[in-house]
Amino acid sequence: LCHFFVQVENVRLLDRLSSRRAVLGTLYLTATHVIFVENGSETRKETWVLHSQISSIEKQATTATGCPLLIRCKNFQVIQLVIPQERDCHDVYISLTRLARPVKYEELYCFSFNPKLDKEEREQGWKLVDLSGEYNRMGVPNNYWQISDVNRDYGVCDSYPTEVYVPKSATAHVIVGSSKFRSRRRFPALSYYCKDNNASICRSSQPLSGFSARCLEDEQMLQAIRKANPGSDFIYVVDTRPKLNAMANRAAGKGYENEDNYSNIKFQFIGIENIHVMRNSLQKMLEVCELKSPSMSDFLWGLENSGWLKHIKAIMDAGIFIAKAVAEEGVSVLVHCSDGWDRTAQVCSVASLLLDPYYRTMKGFMVLIEKDWVSFGHKFNHRYGNLDGDPKEISPVIDQFIECVWQLMEQFPCAFEFNERFLIHIQHHIYSCQFGNFLCNSQKERRELKIRERTYSLWAHLWKNRADYLNPLYRSDRSQTQGTLHPQIAPCNFLYKFWSGMYNRFEKGLHPRQSVTDYLMAVKEETQQLEEELEVLQERLANLQKSQSGDNKLKSKQQDRSKQSGLYTSNNSLANTPQEYSSDLKSFPSRSPSQGDEEDSALILTQDNLKSSDPDLSANSDQESGVEDLSCRSPSGGGCLPSEDSGKDSDEAVFLAG
Amino acid sequence: LLRSSQPLTGPNRRRCREDEKLLGTILDEGERAFVLDTRSAQAAKQARMSGGGTEPKSSYPQWRRLHRPLERGRPLQESFIKLVEACSDPSLGMDRWLGRLESSRWLSHVKAALSTACLAAQCLEREGSKVLVHGAEGTDTTLLVTALAQVILDPSCRTLEGFQGLLEREWIEAGHPFHLRCARSASSHARGKQEAPLFLLFLDCVWQLSRQFPFSLEFGEQLLLTLFDNAYASAFGTFLCNNEKERSLCKVKESTHSLWAWLNQPEEKHKYLNPLYSHNSLVIWPSVEPQSIQLWQGLFLRWIRPSQHLDEAWAEIQRLVEEN
Repeated sequence: LCHFFVQVENVRLLDRLSSRRAVLGTLYLTATHVIFVENGSETRKETWVLHSQISSIEKQATTATGCPLLIRCKNFQVIQLVIPQERDCHDVYISLTRLARPVKYEELYCFSFNPKLDKEEREQGWKLVDLSGEYNRMGVPNNYWQISDVNRDYGVCDSYPTEVYVPKSATAHVIVGSSKFRSRRRFPALSYYCKDNNASICRSSQPLSGFSARCLEDEQMLQAIRKANPGSDFIYVVDTRPKLNAMANRAAGKGYENEDNYSNIKFQFIGIENIHVMRNSLQKMLEVCELKSPSMSDFLWGLENSGWLKHIKAIMDAGIFIAKAVAEEGVSVLVHCSDGWDRTAQVCSVASLLLDPYYRTMKGFMVLIEKDWVSFGHKFNHRYGNLDGDPKEISPVIDQFIECVWQLMEQFPCAFEFNERFLIHIQHHIYSCQFGNFLCNSQKERRELKIRERTYSLWAHLWKNRADYLNPLYRSDRSQTQGTLHPQIAPCNFLYKFWSGMYNRFEKGLHPRQSVTDYLMAVKEETQQLEEELEVLQERLANLQKSQSGDNKLKSKQQDRSKQSGLYTSNNSLANTPQEYSSDLKSFPSRSPSQGDEEDSALILTQDNLKSSDPDLSANSDQESGVEDLSCRSPSGGGCLPSEDSGKDSDEAVFLAG
Repeated sequence: LLRSSQPLTGPNRRRCREDEKLLGTILDEGERAFVLDTRSAQAAKQARMSGGGTEPKSSYPQWRRLHRPLERGRPLQESFIKLVEACSDPSLGMDRWLGRLESSRWLSHVKAALSTACLAAQCLEREGSKVLVHGAEGTDTTLLVTALAQVILDPSCRTLEGFQGLLEREWIEAGHPFHLRCARSASSHARGKQEAPLFLLFLDCVWQLSRQFPFSLEFGEQLLLTLFDNAYASAFGTFLCNNEKERSLCKVKESTHSLWAWLNQPEEKHKYLNPLYSHNSLVIWPSVEPQSIQLWQGLFLRWIRPSQHLDEAWAEIQRLVEEN
């Protein structure tokens, strides 16, 4: 197997809400994972959790049954263990605390992860997403935009990439001058270019304007952006902070653009709260998710108090504003926040997604993240805690963006080539550090660490498994997939839903028991196979008819039906059981326990699976429990029964006598 | 599964041998069963003061009583009105929407209805016990529970035909007073005190089931919307009057057309079918966690939210299935 250095026996893994459904097993800590192996059963079910995923560990009060340890993960999994001996529990607690807070990059899993690919394959994997090709696709360089290598040694801005696109009329002098007037020297650079009307989205950080400072080069920079769009005589400058915060920054010598100083700009605040507010918001929402047997009221009030959906909507509204400015008004937009690496990234990528259908394809989406998040220096390490760092830097910034995408998918089900599972896996791997894409805080740091030579690319891995991530309803010729998406702006509060697929990901009982996505993919596949078979048969028929031989043996139908049963084999054991519907019985699970059956556990990642290393086709297949069953109903008619009820359990129901 | 109205026990604890005998004949020697009362224990007790009440244990020793209070009448109507108002309030920001949704309490009612129906179903299916459901009149929450329990338990109630039969049996023939309950919908601040959206609550619960079990109902959302429409205003006689007696007196069957006849025509029927349907012979147990219960946007936001993209999605689903 692999080396472990802590082993504890007779540990119980609790179903998060019910001590009744505990399983007994052995706990292992390795250099990279926490592993729980169930006793006894022939299946030896294993639960693996990467240390990188661990967000917090809580030691709870010792009870008669043992010492409870609660592990909360960044992918929202919550694991409750009970360790018999206090001393062992303490050891595990101390070890895990250390393991979950790596100090050096080399401690991270991506440096030991080995999918057994050769050097060539690894390199190819990294080349899969190519940004220079992307800019070409957009239509630059051209008469208005050029590539600049002024930052080639990261000498101008160390959090920017070596190659940025700037307006043709922006000389190196202007760029450097402007960078000195911008926080972290993040000067205005191109994020998205719309070749239909020359409007563009540029991004930067806040100007160091204080109350009255000016910078000629910075003003020239904005002029240059305006000139790069001959169709409009002004540009929008969008500050994604609340006005009060931006104003407060002026006292610290920073601030925002004064319309009087910058000719031909229209300035706009779009108040999105800062990383601290967002961190707290998520925290509150997760507390709601951890409530035991919440009433509808507890849940809705809790959700509202967290403010989470309000923030999601704020980000979305900003993206919509920018997309409209570009697509409908043909006006370029310069976006910034404080440092231009959080809210700016969110808002630019949402806007791009709305504007350009390419980013709604699987490849395009990877490119989008690579462009607006990775290359432009979003601080992955600080935000997602690759290494142990300042807790105040932690914030669910990219999580919010990913949720915006999900919300859009719910409103426009045919518009995206990929499905929800794709988003969930990306989020998972941003925290998992299993791949090197999201390490460090900038391109510069990644190159210094030689990430590409020493780790593997997530994109290649996802691409290899892309069949699992397809949206069956996507058709590139649909109205939703062409041109700009127009989400409703108002009234539309109700359009924002709580994403239980993400935040209650590992609680199988909550989700629709049958996956429509998987079923439709299977249908599509089967239709395609049948069509191919049909073609083959038609060809044969044509050939036979052509041939002059009197031999009439038409073996049409015997053609290999072996493909037909090609969908999944039936597995009726994935049934559902009733949850406890009596709300006054607090000691019972209030979540619908999915059948205490094999493929249940949230995170099955055995050594064998490490290659494909995903938290889970199984984890998601139990969320969509019924994948096996429902798809076994061959749509062409050999119905087998989708599994629902077990009918075998007898220990569930409890009732009060009147 | 049985249903009735409340026993008229009254303040003096009247007994009725015939009633006791009737309930007794259903059970074997020593067999235990449940009475599921859709009023709170307190409300049921208070009902005695006005001549109603509950089955006293001494007279009905084989029956154990469970109370699961479900909202009905005026408060349910208010809940409905509040929800509709929240949905159509343009000034409502995201920071207050959920609170408004919550204060309407509608989703809590959905949760309670589903939980109670599941409880009844559990008694039958898991405990193998018979269940008698009643509230006060036996015409509102009683029918909600019995009808919903059958959708959960019985796959034949999940077919288009079976569902229609269920509606006929458990709502129409059973005497849910449609005429009184479905008068003015959410515009009614009930001078008509009899107005209450029990039937809508039922349809909402069925919609929740269809969302959690997308393959298990033969019909789709369109049917539920059509039923909602017709309960309030209809070209057909199906939902007229309050009970069979009135329908007979008004000669409804002789002078009107049946909604079912219309729906079941081949050229109409296909609109109401669920392309994902696959017969599921098992019981469908829904999750009643708050995250699992969602606002029925198709109904409550029907005229507010653009449906074009969702319609396109359904058309695509239909196409994929048919193409196969």
